[in-house]
Amino acid sequence: MSNKDTNIVQEESRKFFKDASFWRLAIILVALIIIFTVYNPEGFMSIANFQSMSYQLPEFGLMAYGVMLTMIAGGIDLAVVGMANLSAIISAIVMLRLAESVSEPVAIIVAVLVGLLVGTLCGAFNGLLVSRLNVPAMLATLGSHQLFTGIGLVITQGSGISRLPAGYSTTGRMLILDLIPISVIIFIIITAALAFQLNKTKFGQELYLVGSNYEAAKFSGINNYNVLTRAHTMSGLLSAVAGLIMLANYNSAKPDYGTAYTMQTILIVVLGGVSPAGGFGKIGGIVLSILILQVSSSGLNMFSSISNFYRQLIWGLVLLLVLGFNFLRNYMNEKRIAKAGKTAAETETE
Amino acid sequence: MSEYILRVKDIVKSFVGVKALQGVSLDIKKGEVHCLAGENGSGKSTLIKIVSGVYEKDSGTIEIDGEIQSNLTPIKAIRSGVQVIYQDFSVFPNLTVYENIAFNSELMDNRILANKNRFRQIAQEAVEKINFNVDLDAIVGDLSVADKQLVAISRALINNAKLIIMDEPTTALTQNEVKALFKRINDLKDQGISILFVSHKLDEVFEISDRFTIFRNGQNVFTGPTSELDNESFSYFMTNRKFQETPYEGKPQDEEMLRVENLTSEGEFYNINFSLNKGEILGIAGLLGSGRTELALSLFGMNEPDKGKIYIKNNEVEFKDVADSIEHGLGYVPEDRLTEGLFLEQSIGLNIVAANLPNLSGTMDTIDGEATENEITTWIDNLSIKVADPKLPVQTLSGGNQQRVVLGKWLATKPDVLILNGPTVGVDIGSKHDIHTILKELAEEGLAIIIISDDIPELITLSSRILLMRDGQINEEINSAETSVAELTEKISLDIDQVV
Repeated sequence: MSNKDTNIVQEESRKFFKDASFWRLAIILVALIIIFTVYNPEGFMSIANFQSMSYQLPEFGLMAYGVMLTMIAGGIDLAVVGMANLSAIISAIVMLRLAESVSEPVAIIVAVLVGLLVGTLCGAFNGLLVSRLNVPAMLATLGSHQLFTGIGLVITQGSGISRLPAGYSTTGRMLILDLIPISVIIFIIITAALAFQLNKTKFGQELYLVGSNYEAAKFSGINNYNVLTRAHTMSGLLSAVAGLIMLANYNSAKPDYGTAYTMQTILIVVLGGVSPAGGFGKIGGIVLSILILQVSSSGLNMFSSISNFYRQLIWGLVLLLVLGFNFLRNYMNEKRIAKAGKTAAETETE
Repeated sequence: MSEYILRVKDIVKSFVGVKALQGVSLDIKKGEVHCLAGENGSGKSTLIKIVSGVYEKDSGTIEIDGEIQSNLTPIKAIRSGVQVIYQDFSVFPNLTVYENIAFNSELMDNRILANKNRFRQIAQEAVEKINFNVDLDAIVGDLSVADKQLVAISRALINNAKLIIMDEPTTALTQNEVKALFKRINDLKDQGISILFVSHKLDEVFEISDRFTIFRNGQNVFTGPTSELDNESFSYFMTNRKFQETPYEGKPQDEEMLRVENLTSEGEFYNINFSLNKGEILGIAGLLGSGRTELALSLFGMNEPDKGKIYIKNNEVEFKDVADSIEHGLGYVPEDRLTEGLFLEQSIGLNIVAANLPNLSGTMDTIDGEATENEITTWIDNLSIKVADPKLPVQTLSGGNQQRVVLGKWLATKPDVLILNGPTVGVDIGSKHDIHTILKELAEEGLAIIIISDDIPELITLSSRILLMRDGQINEEINSAETSVAELTEKISLDIDQVV
């Protein structure tokens, strides 16, 4: 690595850690961990607890990435859970059917590929609705979520699909080095790939530009249709991966698994610093925000006096608080920018 | 009775550390049209807000119609006869004309119940005062910009306005609408109403104003009758710099860059023919709706034309989309910088490379970080954009610097033909001069440029030929050397005069 490169890396990391909202999230995360550790050291700081957290985290974490991509592009994706479930259901059916005729590993591999394809197609369908037919993303994905869930319900008749080949779940829940679930490894690889894509590729930059001014993006020669379609398609693919992880974790597929995740993913993305108006958001914030949600939900489970019902209430409150806080911060920023502009204008005329 | 409707003395106003006004004064006589001029950030808007009671002054005195006002609030200002018509007119677009006009007076009277007949009566009287022919039941959102402005003026009049302050009233108006507005302003003047006209477009303000006050950096630099000012001294007072606009003298080279044959887009423009050589600057003049913007959009691959051919360097081209036309060497600086040209919240750097991402990315879509940085610094230097840090959002820049960013964004794509639509709208005089210099240099280096503009002097100085568009057709090709600002202005507004 040349001297210049190290400088750039240092510069980048300095910028990254200077980011106030990143630090705010980091502090919240550490505070939560300390609180839960003090309250129940054996329970919270146990390998069992960390493993149970890490099985669950990739499920909604990957879906949150889908929501993040579409929200940076100026929209939203409310269909992530629907796409995840439909992918899992179809994958499960293929797996069961194939297992009758071919060897188990082949059945599993084909089924996984089919599942990924289903998610990708669902996402592309959303992308088409949003980009070509100009349906507002919120309505398009709300509608398609119902559609995907509906297809799942019709196929399964509302009941779960289980008795999958044993190899799928054992592979899916495998621990690497006897410690880290394979799904966490997948999650980390995807996180790195997305970070690279958002920061270092043409598509990433275009995503931010389209989200911040659709018209100006068009005038800059950016193909807005492609960018939006790609964001939604990627969201579909990420959801499919999440669905396949759920399939391994529960060893079954059902159209109404993970229904609470829709709300949770939006909370994560907004808490993580993605602007609901589009154009802004970094993956570092989302990762912290995913960890915060997982830690707080596992931690709350240990308080016997707080029933599970409170979780909804707490998360609803957190979402509103974050939105309120962001609003205030933007307001202050605007004032600061106006002032900076004024000073700049004055120094200019001098 | 005082001779003055408004006397403002030694006003000081600071915003957290920044002194916006450093003891300014402004006197407006009864029945006069007074112009307050100054560049962006010179303190014009701050003073208006103080006079209308929106901001509180730090020190100084305000005297309205002979009465000293100590704690001015918006309501007090309106009661004493000061009305402000803001740039956006502050009308309710979903309500009717009469509701918009009469609404305020109903509020001022503290009435509880609304009576539609009384509303209508009040509105009728108000529109008659300025000979404004309008359907009182029309929805304001459907009216033209000029009519919306008249609704705002009518509304100001029913509140017994003695002083009407108009903030940049001509920004969105066509030349003929400006003429009509000036006629109405003169009528108001005859009725003894004073007008304070806030503007930085000099050709207009000269025509209408009796007296001038010019601010620079929150201080008075000139007060006096309009006759004491000319273009040169006006620019000097505004900017403290002397400008000499020289026409573009570069000779077009023999190589043809762009040719258009019988280009037609139904309902927008018809049978357009022209050619443009390397190093040439071509002007396009015409009123709003003459098809000039639509033509530019078709040349830029935004809209597909119905008929006709476009040749670039003698090769016929058909643009699939904007990216395609950029690849063929076209660039377009759009009409509306804020909505079409810039990503306001994004960084200055990203704005500069926004149209050039395909060239900066290699295999696997990966952006070349170093090349990107170089590109950004190159254009910031070349166009001398005043930037503290290219990572700051572009909205922190002044209008002139923002326009340079848009220009840089297009120059970064290394175009052969650059189309500029209103390149200096909303840009201060200094930056305007600089942008003109940059364009002349670019043409000398061989860039073929098309300038679409409302600014007649700008067209005449920069371009050698001017195409006059009317009703979607090229009406006339004018040689800039053989025309004058007055003649061209006359020609452009000709058709409307016939209608009116």
